[in-house]
Amino acid sequence: MRNLLAFYWQTMKTAVIIEFQYATAQYFYMIGMVAEPVIYLVVWTTIAASQGGVVGGYTAGQFAAYYIVWTLVRNMNIVFTPYGWEWRIREGQLSGMLLRPLHPLHMDVAWFAGWKVVVIVLWLPIAAVLALAFRPELNPTPLEMVVFFFSLWGAYLIRTMLLWLLGLITFWTTRVSALYELYFALELLLSGRLVPMGLMPAWVQTASSLLPFKWAFQFPIEALVADLTPAQLLGGLGLQALWILAGLAGVQIVWRAAVRQYSAVGG
Amino acid sequence: MPLIHVAQLCKTYQVPEREAGLGAALRSLVRRKTRAVKAVDAISFDIDAGEVVGFLGPNGAGKTTTLKMLSGLLHPTGGAASVLGFQPQRREAAFLRQITLVMGNRNQLQWDIPALDSFELNRTIYALPAAEFRRTRDEYIALMEVGDLVRKPVRNLSLGERMKMELIGALLHRPQVLFLDEPTLGLDVTMQRRLRAFVAEYNRRTGATVLLTSHYMADVEALCKRVLVIHHGRLLYDGGLSGLAERFAAYKTIGVTLDADTAGAVAWDAYGEVVERDGAHVRLRVPKAETARMTAQLLADQPVIDLTVEDPPIEDVIERVFAAGTAEASHA
Repeated sequence: MRNLLAFYWQTMKTAVIIEFQYATAQYFYMIGMVAEPVIYLVVWTTIAASQGGVVGGYTAGQFAAYYIVWTLVRNMNIVFTPYGWEWRIREGQLSGMLLRPLHPLHMDVAWFAGWKVVVIVLWLPIAAVLALAFRPELNPTPLEMVVFFFSLWGAYLIRTMLLWLLGLITFWTTRVSALYELYFALELLLSGRLVPMGLMPAWVQTASSLLPFKWAFQFPIEALVADLTPAQLLGGLGLQALWILAGLAGVQIVWRAAVRQYSAVGG
Repeated sequence: MPLIHVAQLCKTYQVPEREAGLGAALRSLVRRKTRAVKAVDAISFDIDAGEVVGFLGPNGAGKTTTLKMLSGLLHPTGGAASVLGFQPQRREAAFLRQITLVMGNRNQLQWDIPALDSFELNRTIYALPAAEFRRTRDEYIALMEVGDLVRKPVRNLSLGERMKMELIGALLHRPQVLFLDEPTLGLDVTMQRRLRAFVAEYNRRTGATVLLTSHYMADVEALCKRVLVIHHGRLLYDGGLSGLAERFAAYKTIGVTLDADTAGAVAWDAYGEVVERDGAHVRLRVPKAETARMTAQLLADQPVIDLTVEDPPIEDVIERVFAAGTAEASHA
C-alpha cells in the first residue's frame, strides 16, 4: 500500500510538472470550456427574468451558482477518453503500460488526479470573474463543503470507470468514437450538464437517479448549491461509492477479456 | 530447467480482408471476410540463463509476435511458453518485475520532461528502494555517458540519445530477461556500437538472459553466439552463429593477390565466379565442395603473393536461409 501511495504521489507530481509547462494552453482550453455554461447561464437567467425571476424553483442567482460550480465539476470530471484509447493502441503506448507490474488504471487515475490540481488553481480566477459578472447565490454549510469536496473526487472516479469501460471496447473494434458520441448525448441530457435535472420531466429525473451520469455531474453541484439535507448529502456520497465499485467490477471483468483479445497492432 | 522454454508455440491472427473500392467496402458491411494468418507456427526452443540469443528473420517472419508472447503482451493461440517459471500471458506482477521488452521504434519515456523524472516514475512503478535505484541509475548513466543529457526534456534529444534513455529506463529494475526488438533501429554506427556495448556489459554484470532481434548483423555478431532463424512463422535454424554459415552457405570466398601484370592476364573464370577485382587483388566465389581443389590449383598455376579463404558475409548466409525457407514454404 505504501508503494502504491508513493506511485500515486510521484505520478501526480509528474502530471503537475507537465501540465504547468503548458499552463497557457491549459488556460485557453479552460476559457473555451467556460463558453458552454455561460451560454446556458445567460439563456436561463433571461428566461427567469421574463418569468418574474424564477424558473422551476431556480432564481437567477441560483442559476449563476449552479453554472459557476458546473465549470469546476466539468473540469474535474475530465478523464481519459475513448479517443485516447484508440491512440493508445494505435501508437503502441498500451503495450508499454501492459509491461508494467501495475494495472494501467492506476496510471490513469493518478495522472488525471494530478492534472486536477492544476485545473483547480487555474479555475479560481475564472470563477472569480464569473462570480463578479453573474452574482451567484451561494451559502454552503460546512457539511455541504466537505461533501462537495469528496463528491468532486467521487464524480471523477465514476466517470473514469465509465469511460474506461467504454474505452476497453477498443480492444475489439479498434475504434469506439461513435459509441462515445452516443454516450456523450445520454450524459448531456441525464447528468444535469445541459439543464439542471429539476427542470426536466419527472420520469427523466427518475431515470437519471437510477443511472450513473447524475452522480458524476449534478450531485457535486447540488451538494454545494442546493439545500440538500444531511441524509441526502451522505446518501449521495454512498451512491457515488456504489457506482464507483460497480464500475470497478465492470472494468475488472472486461479488462480480463480485453487483454486476451489484445493484438498489439500498434507495437 | 531452461529459463525460457517454448514448446509448439503458435499465434494466429484473424485478419479482415476485402477487395479495394466502394462496392467491396459496402459488401463488407453485410458479409465481413476474415483470413487466419499464422504469425507463429509451432516453434520450439529453450534458452538457458545468461545466454544472449539473436532472433533473426525478415519483416513479418514472426519475431516480434514471439517476443510479445514471451513478454505477456499477446496470448498464444497454441502451444506453451514459460519464462522464469511463469506463464507470460498471465502477466503476474512478479513476472513483469523481472523482464523488460524494449522496442526500437517505441517511446515509453515522458516526452515533455527530463529523463530523470521518468526514471523516478519508474522507481515508484517497480517499487525500487531509493538507494538501490540511485546506484543503478547513476551506474547506467555513467556507462552510457549521458550525464549531460538526463536533465534535458526527452523531446529535445536526438533519436540515438532517446534510445539510450529508453534503455536505461527499461533496465532500472534490473530485469533478468531482456527482450530487445530492433533496439538499434535507425541509429548511426557509433550509437549502435554504444548500445551494443551497454547490452553486453549488462549481460556480463548481471548474468541476464537476452533475446535480441535486429536487422543489423553487426548487432548479432557482436552479442550473440547463438541464433534462432524464423521465417513465415517457422523456426528454420537454432544453433551457433558460425554453424549457420557452415550449414547454409553453399560457397566460400577465395581472395587472391598476384602482381598487377600477372593478375591482368589470368582467365579467372576458370577458377570461380569473380565477385570483386581491384588491380592485383581478386575475390572469387567458389562452391564449398570445390574450395580445396581450386585453392590447390591456384597455388600450382599462379605466382600467388597472398591467398585467403573465407566464409561468405553473414548477411549473405541469412539471405540464403530466408530464400531456402521461402522455397520450402512454397512447396509445403
